Amino acid sequence: MTTEVKADQGPGRRGPRALRTPGGLSVRLDPRALVVVVLLLLAALGAGVALIGTGDYPIPPGDVLRTLLGNGDPGQEFIVNELRLPRVLVGLLVGASLGLGGALFQAVSRNPLGSPDVLGLGQGATAGALVVIVLFSGDADAVTVGALVGGLVTGAAIYLLAWKRGVHGYRLVLVGIGVSAMATAVNGYLMTKADFVDAARALVWMTGTLDGRDWKQVWPLLVLFCVLVPLVLANARGLRMMEMGDDVSHALGVRVERVRMLLMVCAVLLTAAATAAAGPVSFVALTAPQLARRLTRSPGPNLVPSLCMGAALLLVADWASQRLFGDGQLPVGVVTGVLGGVYLLWLLVTERRAGRI
Amino acid sequence: MSAPAGPDRGRIDRRSTVNRLSAENVTLAYDQRVIAEQLSVEIPDHSFTVIVGPNACGKSTLLRALSRMLKPSRGRVLLDGQAIQSLPAKQVARTLGLLPQSSIAPDGITVADLVGRGRYPHQGLLRQWSAEDERVVRESMRQTGVAELAERYVDELSGGQRQRVWIAMALAQQTPLLLLDEPTTYLDIQHQIDVLDLCAELHEEQGRTLVAVLHDLNHAARYATHLVALKAGRVVAQGTPGEVVTAELVEEVFHLRCQVIDDPETGTPLVVPAARRARARVPATEAL
Amino acid sequence: MLVDSVPEQRAEPAPAPPARRAVRAVGLLVSLGVLAVVAVASIAVGAKELSVAQVWHGLFASSGTYGDVVVDERLARTLLGLLAGAALGLAGAVLQALTRNPLADPGLLGINAGASAAVVTAITFFGVTSLSGYVWFAFLGAAAVGALVWFLGGSRGATPVRLALAGTAISAALYGYLQAVMITNGAALAKMRFWTVGSLSSATDSTIEQVLPFLVAGTVLALALARPLNAMEMGDDTARSLGAHLNRTRALSMLAATVLCGAATAACGPIVFVGLMVPHVVRSFTGPDLRWILPYAAVLSPVLLLGSDVIGRVVARPSEVQVGIITAIIGGPVFIFLVRRRRTAQL
Repeated sequence: MTTEVKADQGPGRRGPRALRTPGGLSVRLDPRALVVVVLLLLAALGAGVALIGTGDYPIPPGDVLRTLLGNGDPGQEFIVNELRLPRVLVGLLVGASLGLGGALFQAVSRNPLGSPDVLGLGQGATAGALVVIVLFSGDADAVTVGALVGGLVTGAAIYLLAWKRGVHGYRLVLVGIGVSAMATAVNGYLMTKADFVDAARALVWMTGTLDGRDWKQVWPLLVLFCVLVPLVLANARGLRMMEMGDDVSHALGVRVERVRMLLMVCAVLLTAAATAAAGPVSFVALTAPQLARRLTRSPGPNLVPSLCMGAALLLVADWASQRLFGDGQLPVGVVTGVLGGVYLLWLLVTERRAGRI
Repeated sequence: MSAPAGPDRGRIDRRSTVNRLSAENVTLAYDQRVIAEQLSVEIPDHSFTVIVGPNACGKSTLLRALSRMLKPSRGRVLLDGQAIQSLPAKQVARTLGLLPQSSIAPDGITVADLVGRGRYPHQGLLRQWSAEDERVVRESMRQTGVAELAERYVDELSGGQRQRVWIAMALAQQTPLLLLDEPTTYLDIQHQIDVLDLCAELHEEQGRTLVAVLHDLNHAARYATHLVALKAGRVVAQGTPGEVVTAELVEEVFHLRCQVIDDPETGTPLVVPAARRARARVPATEAL
Repeated sequence: MLVDSVPEQRAEPAPAPPARRAVRAVGLLVSLGVLAVVAVASIAVGAKELSVAQVWHGLFASSGTYGDVVVDERLARTLLGLLAGAALGLAGAVLQALTRNPLADPGLLGINAGASAAVVTAITFFGVTSLSGYVWFAFLGAAAVGALVWFLGGSRGATPVRLALAGTAISAALYGYLQAVMITNGAALAKMRFWTVGSLSSATDSTIEQVLPFLVAGTVLALALARPLNAMEMGDDTARSLGAHLNRTRALSMLAATVLCGAATAACGPIVFVGLMVPHVVRSFTGPDLRWILPYAAVLSPVLLLGSDVIGRVVARPSEVQVGIITAIIGGPVFIFLVRRRRTAQL
């Protein structure tokens, strides 16, 4: 099969190009989005390599790459492959999951602020983790399970409570905010019940951190990621139609409720898994899709660019937190929190004028 | 656009005595609130059917049921002899198009891109943008007169232009049946006529079946080939505008005393409301 | 999408017929009676149960018995509950009218978070330890966030979703800041993890003395705004054509809401949903007239707050659950119920 690249409508046209085969198959590609994705992946990988080289025992980037390719010296190999690579991989997967989950939530709620952390998934997962930490003094694995359960239960509760002849985006957002407020209260209560050591531990978890993550966290995340991402992308075209309102997409033959439910389940799973692995890292899910959208300058949910943006954001933030504050001083969540604040200010200045919030 | 829906023609012939779209004894309700009971409506093939009636009579609800947006709690809507809810979503979308009242143009979308989205029911995961898609999109934009706006952003357009773009999107869907829910709302008089002329053109030149909900009785009388008058969820009258639009019927349905004269332009009925009389018992505006 | 209806609440509050006015007045008296009962319960219930007679003795014939000491201690707590409850209810009613948004709540709009962040800053960076110091910071934080949410949430055409989202996003950012401060500062963690859950348990006479002037001023201002806010509820253009001063009313309303919320939050910590629920419930039987909604909210909100406090003291004996948690647990479902009841077009 040969392929020919054909410009849709003459030169200078904005937006996607079609790639067609004589057999009648065709794929749409947006060159600008493609460039953005490649650049973001490079940024994420660069930050990953820098992150592996950062720490009490610094390793230059050349050595890191050599070691990753299997040609390093044994001492470095242990540090790179056993200690620091898993942390970077967890960061990569968590960032990508949060970016994708955020893009899905924002597309379904049709609101740039409708991200999982605003809707209470983070608070729900936190409640699960705090129950384990405060009431059972559980170890790290138990905390992960608790957070996962908390996130999934919260996601299911929000969806079911928002259901009334279908899930309307606004109702989803407001119900999420209500659930979030309740979860916050539960978390506050648990924090007052904890002894000081547990409270400090819980606080670090609540902020979101990649410290001490190893291969045990990588595998489940990776498996889930590999299952969910193709599923999401296969339904992305329906989601694109849903941007135009339920009625229009329904008229175009999209089974709106089914697509929405499937994508919400995927988004909740991605977000809950990511939160369980690294804690409720704030603002990645909120900002990644918006930044990606600004870079690609294309309408539509921008799922793949958001995914890459999430990964790049989280790794760069983690690297920055280690660089600026020293290893293990401040969790990555603090840096993303600051980034989120800056983003909100920027949103305040630019978006309000357009009346889009 | 070429011959309207070639492959579907055969099916019409096979069941030539039955119209393609009809509602059979449907009961329409939102939750517990019943809007219409035991309602039956036939949409004549190749007609320009307009549904009229006072506010809250169930016009839009009926249109939503006909376009399978609302599932009847009893009875069924038939498309080509089969219950519309049982047909695959994309198959219905290739036969029946709808221009709803509420549609959202995504931020930063161009006219060509928006019209292109009407091709969704003809596409698949590995057939995302064929040469045919491109041809149909260009043709739809030409027919609706928005071809020169192709690269403009939808947010920048005027209300009338935007409505044309949405109609172009529905056209790109290439359906023999097209349903329009109050396509002239929020437009000024010139653009209202403009949109209705466009609809008439689509109906006459391409033989499409059009079903529209309109507020303005005079517009309905002028453009429709078939009128359905609803009141409180019941069909009060249906037929050609000449048969339906009479002073008695307008008084019965709209509680408005009037004269009906011939439209000097087209000869269709024209409603002239009575001057400054007590309009007895105008029902309170109520939401659907 | 469903067709918009003309919401009843936009209708001009017709001058109530005398009979209806009498019913409302009697209702207000009954509400005051309920409030008195709850207040007595709040003094009587706790780790040591007191009889009504003992409460009476402690209040009006105190002779230093053990019961009288307990009454004295719980009296401060009850008074603070009364004042803070009224403040939150009034602030909620004013905000709901101002934003034409029946889901507005000082907590959901992030005003509480603003006050919390400011108080943390005061404790950590300015070494403020006394309540009289906090209050000003709490005001500052509440006012800053109030203005920010108003600005971000779209001062023109603020929809419920916009405002709630703007408030929640800002709260999220501020809680991020709170966490960062607490992680790096053990002393802040030790104090703030108790302060960030709203509670009446730390109330003393001096707490009340310090916030009282603000609460009184805010209450008077809020009650005085009933008429102009009635006009505002019908839309800016209508209000203007009725001769209301839009900008002045808006500014004064924000000021009233901020003073009330800021003072209440400074004294008890953040408490959500009281300001949302009570005005909403009140509205369902008084109708849209703020001249009735505001007094009712001022009387019934403390009923909710004190009632929640009593519940919190009973459910986890011998310790107690903070009132802020109880109101959130009660208020969350009510909020979700209200959201579900609304038509999508109204959201």
